[in-house]
Amino acid sequence: MAQREVEMILLRQLASELATPVVIVDDAGDLVYFNEAAEAVVGRRFEDAGEIRRDEWTARFQPTLADGAPIKSEDQLLAETIDGRRPIHGSFWMRGLDGVRRLVEGTSIPLVGQNGRHLGAFALIWEIDRE
Amino acid sequence: MWGTRGSVAAPGPETMRYGGNTSCVEVRGEDGTLLVLDAGTGIRRLGDSLGPELRRVDLLLTHLHMDHILGLGFFDPLFRPDLEVHIWGPSSITLDLRDHLNRYLSPPLFPVRLRDLPCKLHLHDVVASGPFSIGNFEINSALVCHPGPTVGYRIEGEGASVAYLPDHEPALGRAALPDDDDWVSGLALARGVDLLIHDAQYTDFEYPRHVGWGHSAISHTLEFARRAGIATLVPFHHDPAHSDAALDRIFVEARTQGILGYGLSPAVEGESSKLGRSARA
Repeated sequence: MAQREVEMILLRQLASELATPVVIVDDAGDLVYFNEAAEAVVGRRFEDAGEIRRDEWTARFQPTLADGAPIKSEDQLLAETIDGRRPIHGSFWMRGLDGVRRLVEGTSIPLVGQNGRHLGAFALIWEIDRE
Repeated sequence: MWGTRGSVAAPGPETMRYGGNTSCVEVRGEDGTLLVLDAGTGIRRLGDSLGPELRRVDLLLTHLHMDHILGLGFFDPLFRPDLEVHIWGPSSITLDLRDHLNRYLSPPLFPVRLRDLPCKLHLHDVVASGPFSIGNFEINSALVCHPGPTVGYRIEGEGASVAYLPDHEPALGRAALPDDDDWVSGLALARGVDLLIHDAQYTDFEYPRHVGWGHSAISHTLEFARRAGIATLVPFHHDPAHSDAALDRIFVEARTQGILGYGLSPAVEGESSKLGRSARA
């Protein structure tokens, strides 16, 4: 694994101090960190879950629309932000790593570093409801 | 070492031994290549020491806080028409390196404008440039944890390696460095170098009152050096309030914190080290 860029390091350090749930992905879309507040939404401690590759998101979280229709991998919140390099706001159902299905609302924002380097993205997420 | 002090110059009888000038380090290659690391007040004496045979100087700025550029206007090579001067440093989101330097090298802060300097001046943005070569040296830079765009440098060549991170707070927001090496600012730059010149501005007692100011507590610096697997640590950027006696106490205490696993050689103005082929010759 490569040394993280300082902007990513600073974002992680900020997130680790916040009570707002924050999820961070790198420029490949791999989930590289979520903070303690987000553990309640993800359903597992980050230290236990570890990093999650982008191609594992769908299998791990099974995101769906309100009617139960699966959300394609490229249409998921952070994937759209990484691919389109733009902020996205949306809501979706997902199954946490604790097995609980939750309605989650989130806003994802591209992380652009010095000299316009695209480093990844981060999302602020909230649990709205659960089954 | 032409300047080892941090934040502001601190001349006086109580700082005579470690020195009162702010950050400036000279790196010389066997072929005469001259790298100057930062342009603190120490750079004035360095400039005065250079002979007429010199044709090129490369000045590597880590960032543009005043203690790292204050000596720039008094660096003699800038006023020599026969000299090629390359200044390397980070730009910011909205201003390039030239615009940043112009803020200092222009009235009312300074009487001579950057564009009026007689030397052959070339400016380079190190964040955009990626790795670069000067003489026999290969140089890498990376943004590191310090307020505003700030880089550290890794210089390799002639059988030796040096990392220079004079202003660095890798433990920002935490009680200690992150557990995972990939998430420690600057660690890849410093990995395995022969000489690590690193910020050690505060004692552990002082640090909690200065979190976010961009500098390290001595215990963070010692841990950073251990994790980087370096050969010799040069604690640098001494706090202006630390007298020679206080620095002696800090480094005696540092040496008693168990087996360090590397050499400890605090930065002293006027001292020098030979590395690589020249040290073995």
